[in-house]
Amino acid sequence: MTETTGTFAVKKGLAQMLKGGVIMDVVTAEHARIAEDAGACAVMALERVPADIRADGGVARMSDPELILKIMDTVSIPVMAKCRIGHFVEAQILEALGVDYIDESEVLTPADESHHIYKHDFKVPFVCGCRNLGEALRRIGEGAAMIRTKGEAGTGDVVEAVRHARTVLGEIRHLQIMPVEELMTYAKNIGAPFELVMEVHKTGKLPVVNFAAGGIATPADAALMMQLGVDGVFVGSGIFKSGDPAKRAAAIVKSVTHYNEPKILAEISRNLGEPMVGRQISTLPDNELMAERGW
Amino acid sequence: MRIGILALQGAFIEHEKMLKNLGVETQQVRLSQHLNDLDGLIIPGGESTTIAKLAIDFGLFDDLKTFASEHPVWGTCAGAILLAKDDQSNPPRLDVMDIHIVRNAFGRQVDSFQADLLVPSLAHLNGSNPTFPAVFIRAPIINAVGKKVEILAQIGFDKIVAARQGHLLATVFHPELTNDDRFHRYFLEMIPSK
Repeated sequence: MTETTGTFAVKKGLAQMLKGGVIMDVVTAEHARIAEDAGACAVMALERVPADIRADGGVARMSDPELILKIMDTVSIPVMAKCRIGHFVEAQILEALGVDYIDESEVLTPADESHHIYKHDFKVPFVCGCRNLGEALRRIGEGAAMIRTKGEAGTGDVVEAVRHARTVLGEIRHLQIMPVEELMTYAKNIGAPFELVMEVHKTGKLPVVNFAAGGIATPADAALMMQLGVDGVFVGSGIFKSGDPAKRAAAIVKSVTHYNEPKILAEISRNLGEPMVGRQISTLPDNELMAERGW
Repeated sequence: MRIGILALQGAFIEHEKMLKNLGVETQQVRLSQHLNDLDGLIIPGGESTTIAKLAIDFGLFDDLKTFASEHPVWGTCAGAILLAKDDQSNPPRLDVMDIHIVRNAFGRQVDSFQADLLVPSLAHLNGSNPTFPAVFIRAPIINAVGKKVEILAQIGFDKIVAARQGHLLATVFHPELTNDDRFHRYFLEMIPSK
């Protein structure tokens, strides 16, 4: 019997196991433990949460491998880590460390202003951000095995997450009812591989799992994204920049399971302490918008 | 026939699609009352720590245990972990099946794999193909089984990857991620006819 590793089914398969779950940003092993105890289905190991990256400025890079390894030693759930857009050597290093998923992320400073990583070359799966269907299908074409809508990380303002989820899901619905003769021009216009456009036209969904990210700070935010139709959520600064991270983390996990039950959502939203201090996206200067990064 | 699928977290939609394609009525189970009037239950893959925690927090854990003592239940991956004997390790087990199971036993995600697995018990469902296309994702291993447990598939001499004990079925891989519905049909055969 031959055992084949690194197949697309295996890469995409892990994302399927994460569905209906919450992936939490953690910056220390202690955070990772709190996230796992709260019911996170995976953690994202990084040095600074997006809110701090935003506040500190400067170049944001892949985290110190030492930190990532400590977090991998601490928890039994999957550990993800971020590399810069286009920085395939950071990705090689993360793969060598044995992380379970790589996020080629706009939250870090891009290393390449024209190209993303060719992700099919890796055994480790990748998740990538998108704002629209064209961007999602370009990333899948490059080998991403999971997609997340970008939102605007580190703001605690869910408006961009909603915009991006509505855009992607709306474009899919529109594509589904298009006559076939319009698909090639549509593929050209959105800059997406024709075969993937054809596939989405037939199936009515992305070929990989699609999470929401960027600005989710409360159980209600998470449930909102789930009701809009995503498969799960990433929560970055929203947990560990809040008053009571353990409690808020557990509540957001529950809200993603019971996203359609307002009575349960009401119960779990009680007494969570201070949410993260948000930054309204409409007040941010254009050069501070992370979601614009990606080609 | 109505089959429940535990829908706290994980790949429950994939199981639901498989069953619907086989013409079976399904019910997503998130709370104890969803277990009423079910003929069987699938506990899907996902993160076992997450699923166990949510089951405990919403008062479902003991009801799942009771359900599994009386009805057919199939656990895939995380679900197989939950069915296993309680060995005091994390996450807490339902302690209904006489198997010991070790999490992430093949390594991390880069070690996840596909393999054509020999499963003799599926032979009657498709005469021509003796193997099953198994997908292992950060998979656990069944490392010990009690006397009443039938081993359905293994890798090498020591790695048990599918087992059955009466009305309970455990697979550490994911038939719901394939287009092959034989394991789902095998489970449906375990449901007593009314």
